[in-house]
Amino acid sequence: MSENAIRVQVPTDSLEEQVAKDKAAMGSPSAVLRGPGILRTTVLLARVTFREAARRKILWIAATAGALFLVLFWTGLHAMLKSTAHLPVITRRESISMMLMMALYAASMLTSMMAALTSCDTLSGEIASGTIHAIATKPVRRWCLVLGKWTGFAGMLTLYVLLLEGGCMALACFEGRYLLPHIAVVASLLWLQAALLLGVTMACSTTFSALTSGAITLGLYGLAFVGGWIEQFGALRHIKTCVDLGIISSLVMPSDALWRRAAFKIQPPLLGAAGASPFASTLVPSNAMVVYAVLYAVLALVLAAILFERRDL
Amino acid sequence: MATLTIDAVGLRKTYGTRTAVRDLTLQVKRGEAFGFLGPNGAGKSTSIKMLLGLVKPTSGRALLLGRPVGDREVRARVGFLPEHFRFYDWLSASELILFHGRLCGLAEDALRRKVPQLLERVGLGTQHAKPIRSFSKGMMQRVGLAQAIVNDPEILFLDEPTSGLDPAGRKLVRDLIREQRERGATVFLNSHLLGEVEQSCDRVAFIQQGNVIGTHEMGAWQADQTVVEIKVARVATSTLERLEQFAQEIRLEGQTLRLRVDGEDRLPEVVRCLVESGVEVYSVVPHRVSLEELFLKTMGPDPGL
Repeated sequence: MSENAIRVQVPTDSLEEQVAKDKAAMGSPSAVLRGPGILRTTVLLARVTFREAARRKILWIAATAGALFLVLFWTGLHAMLKSTAHLPVITRRESISMMLMMALYAASMLTSMMAALTSCDTLSGEIASGTIHAIATKPVRRWCLVLGKWTGFAGMLTLYVLLLEGGCMALACFEGRYLLPHIAVVASLLWLQAALLLGVTMACSTTFSALTSGAITLGLYGLAFVGGWIEQFGALRHIKTCVDLGIISSLVMPSDALWRRAAFKIQPPLLGAAGASPFASTLVPSNAMVVYAVLYAVLALVLAAILFERRDL
Repeated sequence: MATLTIDAVGLRKTYGTRTAVRDLTLQVKRGEAFGFLGPNGAGKSTSIKMLLGLVKPTSGRALLLGRPVGDREVRARVGFLPEHFRFYDWLSASELILFHGRLCGLAEDALRRKVPQLLERVGLGTQHAKPIRSFSKGMMQRVGLAQAIVNDPEILFLDEPTSGLDPAGRKLVRDLIREQRERGATVFLNSHLLGEVEQSCDRVAFIQQGNVIGTHEMGAWQADQTVVEIKVARVATSTLERLEQFAQEIRLEGQTLRLRVDGEDRLPEVVRCLVESGVEVYSVVPHRVSLEELFLKTMGPDPGL
């Protein structure tokens, strides 16, 4: 035999015996053969995604911006309350409510941007860099990877909603003794808005680059925003085409409809009568639209999972 | 139990009009170390990805351990080191291996005991707590190797495992391949460093333009033909004529006689013929055809890819 040839070495144990020994040492045979379960995979990915997201500079910049925003809101609220001390309680409450609504509107925009910008490169980026190869070759279901990543980002966005929107509500309560009506519903609607955009971004991210995915989501968000205005204007002037256009845009992307539903829940009575503005709803999206938005968010996530399951990595 | 760990027939992958892999047909036996060689752009990476279930073939079929590729039960028994192993760089080496072990579904206690041993084995025992962002390319490859073997795989796919590794690292890869084979595992090795393949593999397949153009038993082609260099004195023309019955391509340059024989076992006859003809023989050095020579000969002219 030539010196370069490698002799085939016969293992002392047969492979079956060896595998059986390994399994005995490493855990139950079923776990080794089938990999982690759905829950364990999802939690593993959610944890690592949350930590990965928490390390992004954009998150810290957004958190700093959020904190500055809260300081600004607090200062403005404080000044406003000081200068309106002589006015009747009902007028003061109206002012606080209006200011809080403006703050929440800005906060919801920031949260929506965060949803799109932090998650747009999670799948596309990891496919491009090859990070996903070592993960997807493990005995895990691909859709669990998507669900886990979504859960991680959703956790991060929940904290962001609590910081920003929760902070605004807490400041209004602390400084102005004003407790927002329907607080849980409003917070849920704003969270749903972020979760919806997250699902859409992730679905795009399975197919497009990070930049394209972010641009598509923010583009749809913009479309819904403008559509919302057109709808409000149409309702005010009784122009059916404008109302229809608004409804169509809400069906394409229901993010703005969710904000308008939240705004309706918290708007002071006078503001509603004042006319169309982003802070008020002359035409209130129905409960059906909220259900549609929930389905949309779920379908976006399901679509992300299916696209990721099918694509070549 | 299937005797073949990899059984691929006519695997083909096209992206639009571009064909990445035309016809991947190969069988790898259990316990074998199999080298997969080809020039850049030959379709090696796509082939490996198809075998791992990362890329779905356009046509053809492939079984791993007797089950369809991509099957989750199969993936539990497979290890893979991607070509450029990259991961979340804020994780420490220990955390990274723990994460991959958990993805394999390994029990927590056993895994926690195993991680330090694995890192020790790949030479990163003292670096276990450092974030991998501070790691060199070679260190990343070592962590990548550790994650690939965390589940004691039955098939280990190594895609360019020695890229970025220094000589000590390359030796580590060779030793790991040997250890995995001693355990009974099959190793599928894709490497540009043909010397490494030559030292580690039993068999190699050459792939070109998406086709497997040949498989060779390691050493078989060397046994077929051997070039010999013999230091001699006092060689007569008649001696060279007599040699023609044992050897080909006989050339005498000064005191060096070069010839080609059909296998090393013909050498004693050549030497006997020379000595009986009164030639003084000082040394006989056989030169084997290296894997690199075989590769270059098989692949033809360099297309400059």
